[in-house]
Amino acid sequence: MAASDRTTSTPAAGTATKQRGETVLQVENVVKHFPITQGIVFKRQIGAVKAVDGVSFDLKRGETLGIVGESGCGKSTLAKLLMRLETPTSGKALLEGRDMFSLSGSALRRMRRNVQMVMQDPYTSLNPRMTVGDIIGEPFDIHPDAAPRGTRRQRVQELLELVGLNPEHINRYPHQFSGGQRQRIGIARALALKPEIIVCDEPVSALDVSIQAQVINLLEGLQDELGLSYIFIAHDLSVVRHIADRVAVMYLGKIVEIGTEEEIYERPTHPYTQALLSAVPVPDPKARAHREIIRLDGDVPSPANPPSGCRFRTRCWKAQDICATEEPKLELRAADPHPSACHFAEQKTHVVA
Amino acid sequence: MSKHSAGAAVTRDEWTARADRDTTGADGGHLLEVRDLFVEFHTRDGVAKVINGVSYHLDAGETLAVLGESGSGKSVTAQAIMGILDMPPAVIPNGQILYRGTDLLTLPEDERRKVRGKQIAMIFQDALSALNPVFPVGWQIGETLRLRDGLSRADARRRAIELMELVKIPAARERVRDYPHQFSGGMRQRVMIAMALAQDPSVLIADEPTTALDVTVQAQIMDLLGELRRELNMAMILITHDLGVVADVADRIAVMYAGRIVEHADVHALYEAPAHPYTKGLLESIPRLDLKGQQLTTIKGLPPNLMRIPSGCPFHPRCPFARQECVDVVPTVHQLGNDRTSACHFAEEVLDGRI
Repeated sequence: MAASDRTTSTPAAGTATKQRGETVLQVENVVKHFPITQGIVFKRQIGAVKAVDGVSFDLKRGETLGIVGESGCGKSTLAKLLMRLETPTSGKALLEGRDMFSLSGSALRRMRRNVQMVMQDPYTSLNPRMTVGDIIGEPFDIHPDAAPRGTRRQRVQELLELVGLNPEHINRYPHQFSGGQRQRIGIARALALKPEIIVCDEPVSALDVSIQAQVINLLEGLQDELGLSYIFIAHDLSVVRHIADRVAVMYLGKIVEIGTEEEIYERPTHPYTQALLSAVPVPDPKARAHREIIRLDGDVPSPANPPSGCRFRTRCWKAQDICATEEPKLELRAADPHPSACHFAEQKTHVVA
Repeated sequence: MSKHSAGAAVTRDEWTARADRDTTGADGGHLLEVRDLFVEFHTRDGVAKVINGVSYHLDAGETLAVLGESGSGKSVTAQAIMGILDMPPAVIPNGQILYRGTDLLTLPEDERRKVRGKQIAMIFQDALSALNPVFPVGWQIGETLRLRDGLSRADARRRAIELMELVKIPAARERVRDYPHQFSGGMRQRVMIAMALAQDPSVLIADEPTTALDVTVQAQIMDLLGELRRELNMAMILITHDLGVVADVADRIAVMYAGRIVEHADVHALYEAPAHPYTKGLLESIPRLDLKGQQLTTIKGLPPNLMRIPSGCPFHPRCPFARQECVDVVPTVHQLGNDRTSACHFAEEVLDGRI
């Protein structure tokens, strides 16, 4: 139902035929530095937090790109940049051939329709004083041509049904729903304008295990039905493995390794990816004996003052002199044919997740 | 704290004598035992029955994991043990919490204070909000030492440095005067562990100690807790919802649902063959490698509203095996041997995989 009227009435859609596998979003060398200033009257910039520092990737239609990394690695800043909630310091992001960072005014508003977001915390991302109908219908206020006035209520009810909620609950308030149901409301809101890309920033982290699975199934079902592309940001590596086609691992504002789900989880070549995967607790007590956890010392360095050369070298057990002087490029390595930003990229067996 | 059961009050000397003995219980029982505990919250909207007859026990040196979703009552049980429930609105209509044979619920408040922190200590989920932002961490770690043990400021600081070294905070001597915001998430958690260890407790309750942390830091903290538990021969209650963490560290598991313990088993036995449909559902809803690209198995529906707990087995509206009996009769606790229990009418069948 929704799939058919999608192709007929998506105004922002450039071409009529849309095929899976074509690139919908091309991100090139995106940088976001937040200035650190000193002084109250005369502000001087004394440094910058390099939250995202040169990130490039492609996103194909119908594909899920997982982005994993520890807190502070810049994955949420990246999500905000792609939503144009933050202005990048430099870089490009081509959406249907147009750089979304250079758009403004009505062109920007039309572009925004194509990229929507599902937030992490369903308890704070829904306005408690608005009914579900108003929350899901709010995008139509900003984009009146997306749903003519008379059809709006019907559209909202269709959306509620699409995400597995009772359409009769349109007049209820967020507090009358459980966490999992609220996240469904957030998903319905993101779908209202028929976007092509949905940025999911930790969409299931705040949910209980039994509810998590329901929301993941919903996201996967919607993707099949509507041909959506997801950028799926999460710190739970087993959830990302389940849902993602390709995975990018971020560390201190950079992608250190990117590849298909199988390449990253079965044959990781970057030491950080290996350490990250080995630290994931395995829900099987029998694994205790033969599990080898790579212990990383210390914490992630400050992104305001990242280490020279390879940013991971301060915590890396393989670090040599070259790591401090020369920054490893994210390029194909001999160890396995997927890009990895390590001078000493090699496979390591017994990494489970 | 109000007295709710007519247990004989223990005199101060008796209590101290019992506490000093380093055996498990006064009657040869367990170090800590929760017996048939009930907790209700009396709110404006009605009575929420949060804990409905929880019993578990803990022996010296072992780790018991209490597993459950939000609202299952796992944290409330811990707060009842610590005596930090807000009463009212909380009411404990029934139950005993025996520490070395003494019922904590019948102790007068000043006696209870001697147990809290000194015998049973607790660490919380969110270290940033559990620490006071306006005092240096060393001051906070040493607070109980100054107030309870009468140590001087200098001695308390010296001991705080030792404790920070024990929990492996680098450069403890320089960092003892730093404030909580100057520490990273993992380091703050270590500070809180140091605070809990200041009084050298026999039981440590860890309420979701790593939920707010990244996986690599989570591994560090769980390692540290395991090491400390062995070195100091503490018993630990680990409260969590993470089936992965439990599998890594626990000796025994108690699975909670709607304020009841639905299954209790040795960690290996539980993961091998769950004996309650809820545990089975939880284990099946974890994303697994061989299920890539398929639908995840889910537990349908939602956890129950604690003001209106379903009749019979509280899990029956969500249970794929539910029969008429489950709607009508509250299941009793089935003993399955080897200290294993399941509160399901068909526990044996679930365990054997027959249903």
